[in-house]
Amino acid sequence: MFNFNIEFNGEFFAFFLLAVCAIVGAVLAINFTKVVHTALSLAFTFVSLAGIYVLLEAEFVAFVQVLIYVGAVTILMIFGIMMTKHQDEGKERTRPLLEGLAAVGCICLFGILFYAIRSASFPEPADKLPADNTMSLGKLLYSAYAIPFELVSVLLTVAFIGAVALAKREPEEKEGGPS
Amino acid sequence: MTMLSSYLTLAAVLFCIGLYGVITKRNAVIVLLSIELMLNAVNLNLIAFSKYGINASLRGQVFSLFTMTVAAAEAAVGIAVLISLYRRRVTVNVDEFDELRR
Repeated sequence: MFNFNIEFNGEFFAFFLLAVCAIVGAVLAINFTKVVHTALSLAFTFVSLAGIYVLLEAEFVAFVQVLIYVGAVTILMIFGIMMTKHQDEGKERTRPLLEGLAAVGCICLFGILFYAIRSASFPEPADKLPADNTMSLGKLLYSAYAIPFELVSVLLTVAFIGAVALAKREPEEKEGGPS
Repeated sequence: MTMLSSYLTLAAVLFCIGLYGVITKRNAVIVLLSIELMLNAVNLNLIAFSKYGINASLRGQVFSLFTMTVAAAEAAVGIAVLISLYRRRVTVNVDEFDELRR
């Protein structure tokens, strides 16, 4: 049922290295007490995932990953950390019961997923990806997926205008204090 | 036996770590970052199936691009809501964000 026969080629070693980097970054991000360390550690995880995308012949998606996640989302989160109070972290009381239950639940979920992945049989792919990946991806985006592409651009515009409107400082006479 | 199950296992590990962070962490910024980690695990699944699935095609990569766009919009709106809440409550602890009125 479980088949562990893995051929030890170059892709496997590169995958192993990048996967260890990604998992170590994620685990450290959960364990750090300072929020800035968490953000930087997750940026490390995102860079490792971009390397894994290159392994999977998705070069354009890897560059988009570096641009959006490492360049935009992490910096946005660091701005969010800097604009809020983050001095008194690590002093709050711990909740061992909740954390234990969450750990047990997450490990159970991983066990179910691992069992399903290992017991499934994946047939060999029938056809390969085209050689010039990025050009084919662009043609696909602008022919078959043109309408979703334009809708996504509208969504981005609306979301960013909404974000600016939400975060805009309100006039001072409304500051009545929390009731 | 292809490498597909290894990629799926890595995505499952990352998803579970992100889920643990979402449940246990109380700083709202870390909760948002953990959601980004979970979305990244889903993207890894999409791209792995785009190469190693039965019908290998670029459509998985197209879907992962759409997911990334929506995730970026979600992060921007989430941070804006967080800053707006911080002005009212002067805290980022998610346990204290328990009412919608002012």
